Amino acid sequence: MKKISLMLLVISGSVWMYSCGGSSDQSSSTAEAPKSMVPDSETYDPNRGEGKFNETNVQLGELDATMAKRGEATSNTKCLSCHKLTDERLVGPGWKGVTERRTPYWLMNFITNPDPMIDKDPEVQAQLEICLVRMPNQNLTDEDARSIVEFMRKNDSSK
Amino acid sequence: MQLGAFSIIALSTLFPSCKPKNATGAIDSDAAIKAYVPPGKHDEFYNFVSGGFSGQMSVYGLPSGRMLKVIPVFSVDPEKGYGYSEETKPMLNTSHGFVPWDDLHHTEMSQTNGEINGKWVFANANNTPRLARIDLKTFKTAEIIELPNSGGNHSSPFGTENSEYIVAGTRFSVPADDANGDVPINSYKQNFKGHISFVSVNQESGEMNIAFQLRTPGVNFDLARAGKDKSHGWFFFSCYNTEQANTLLEVNASQKDKDFIMAVNWKKAEEYLKAGKGKKVKVRYAHNKYNEEAHTATSEIKTEVTVLDVAELKDICYFIPCPKSPHGCDVDPTGEYIVGSGKLAAVIPVFSFNKLQKAIADKAFDGEYEGIPVVKYEAALYGEVQKPGLGPLHTEFDGRGNAYTSFFVSSEVVKWNIKDLKVLDRAPTYYSVGHLTIPGGNTRKPNAKYLIAYNKITKDRYLPTGPELTQSAQIYDISGDKMQMILDFPTIGEPHYAQAAPADLIKNNGQLKIFKIAENKHPRAAKGENEAKVVREGNKVHVYMTSIRSHFAPDNIEGIKMGDEVYFHVTNLEQDWDVPHGFAIKGANNAELLIMPGETSTLKWVPDRVGIYPMYCTDFCSALHQEMQGYIRVSPSGSNVPLTYSVGTNLPPKK
Repeated sequence: MKKISLMLLVISGSVWMYSCGGSSDQSSSTAEAPKSMVPDSETYDPNRGEGKFNETNVQLGELDATMAKRGEATSNTKCLSCHKLTDERLVGPGWKGVTERRTPYWLMNFITNPDPMIDKDPEVQAQLEICLVRMPNQNLTDEDARSIVEFMRKNDSSK
Repeated sequence: MQLGAFSIIALSTLFPSCKPKNATGAIDSDAAIKAYVPPGKHDEFYNFVSGGFSGQMSVYGLPSGRMLKVIPVFSVDPEKGYGYSEETKPMLNTSHGFVPWDDLHHTEMSQTNGEINGKWVFANANNTPRLARIDLKTFKTAEIIELPNSGGNHSSPFGTENSEYIVAGTRFSVPADDANGDVPINSYKQNFKGHISFVSVNQESGEMNIAFQLRTPGVNFDLARAGKDKSHGWFFFSCYNTEQANTLLEVNASQKDKDFIMAVNWKKAEEYLKAGKGKKVKVRYAHNKYNEEAHTATSEIKTEVTVLDVAELKDICYFIPCPKSPHGCDVDPTGEYIVGSGKLAAVIPVFSFNKLQKAIADKAFDGEYEGIPVVKYEAALYGEVQKPGLGPLHTEFDGRGNAYTSFFVSSEVVKWNIKDLKVLDRAPTYYSVGHLTIPGGNTRKPNAKYLIAYNKITKDRYLPTGPELTQSAQIYDISGDKMQMILDFPTIGEPHYAQAAPADLIKNNGQLKIFKIAENKHPRAAKGENEAKVVREGNKVHVYMTSIRSHFAPDNIEGIKMGDEVYFHVTNLEQDWDVPHGFAIKGANNAELLIMPGETSTLKWVPDRVGIYPMYCTDFCSALHQEMQGYIRVSPSGSNVPLTYSVGTNLPPKK
């Protein structure tokens, strides 16, 4: 009898654990393990992505050459091992035309917050089936992300 | 079953007062739930355990006993490339050259105001005398300093209550390094000296320096503890072999009824140092530092220490007689009581700091030993714990007025009250416990929920694995009046002392998850594939290589020739937690590299024959990990194959 109640205690303890799962402070950066293959379509906005950026806090102006240059330097270190500037796929898809396919805030959300978006965005999930490598979180700052978008715009404006 | 029963019988015959009788009888039914940490949940405490003759430090979670990490410290570790990569080789440099192994006995966590602060753990090397500092932001060995004039650094790395000093006392007295060492061994009494190093610790950077050494009579120094609170400014060292034997110590160093605890007034030593009473002595010792931004260690040979002779400078040291070859020498959380554990004694003497001060003031001495005043035993004694057990070794404290002493011979932990010296409880250990740990048990504020016994003998505790068995530790819940054993867990090497601290203190200390690639100052880092290249400098070829899920750049290299030395400087471009890459190449006479995100490591490779050599990533990094590979072509010396390198472009010629 005592043993059974002990077992129950353990089981009920783990049920409780599960119901508040994901609150752990490390969960955001454990990359490879897919959490759920079912996109959470109710709250997810595929036009905006998931993260801190949206149409009000990211606005594009004239192409800023200095910012694009900074973005190029960051991309060299953190992105271009896997992405080409053409439309050719390397590890991930080529960057050519990406600013026409995606909103700037979607891009900034994706590169600063890749894991939740890989789990939720239907198009990214389709992409994962082709590439098979989850895009790593490269710990970009907001400024890094913005300047990378500027570099992508520059890349798209050149022929 | 038969065998197990037999060995228990054999043990109880060996140790008559050992009462393991029925091992399972010692376990209460709620033990499992007390040691149970559910999957995905964290332990309450980190436990930093000496790896003994493995030379490493292991990290466990408590109360689960789950192993979290083995930190390479004094021994090479091919798994991590420690001592094999060009960057880490200098960490194991000494005045004797590269020493790939040692024997790590004790750990000491850094403190502020007598409490653990979560910054560093120190460790001692018992063979080639050294002291190491492990940085708890990276869980890497950050610094190793060699100790001159020393024969074996056992009485170490105990520290003061603000980690002003970590001490390093020689176990084996030897002639000083600047003296002629070519003397008859049986001239111990004339020629052999003890040295105790006081190593200062920079409170910001953690950098260690030998502030001064005390030259003492030749004896064996065993363990030590700093005073705390009221006794801050004093240090206590247990010594044995006051007989000064040089052979068959088992018999010849156990002749006297009492050996000593040496009380050191280190504030007084500091005054003498300031007054210029120290002598500069010519020595040679290595000081090795790991630079976290360059991901590279450097080794410097230093040539001088300042020595204070405690026979000449009278009021630094005092000997307190202590029964029979004391091992532990432990100071309670108030700083008033000093517990000596004579490992061959039948009592535990408890000395009073106040009485010691009075005895010194009153000159209540029993003559001198080699020029050092010997305090009268009764003048310093608070009292004795009578019939505590057999073979007392070491004592920790719970901050509730109780002490816990380990007994090697009678295989038990004994809980006793410091004030009235009465035994309160006994718990068997399986078998022959050495050191004990209570989280913070050596500090002003113990966190006394658990006690861990590190046992010297394993016998039948686990599934047998041939003649050599794993080491064994046991956890007791000590939150109640009675100690309750809740778990056995196996450990590496032979653990001696260990320390433990609340998990939050270490978890929230600003631990690194990655090395920022922008801050990488390695001179041969490639911070991006556009910086990847191969450069020939005479017969040395430097490969600036990058790794990211899941390819190397370059991954095809031709034009390497016999006689070349190839240096692979691999930079891991990942910037996410828990994405190391490995690097290995066929025929390498050393090890692999295991490169953390943002880090650069270098593997030296000297090809021994002409041919094609594969290289690959050893750490499963993505679904395409198995594709993370490359080739090197090695041609005969004098060949005219040009040096070329590429990733993705070296395709077969089109017809």
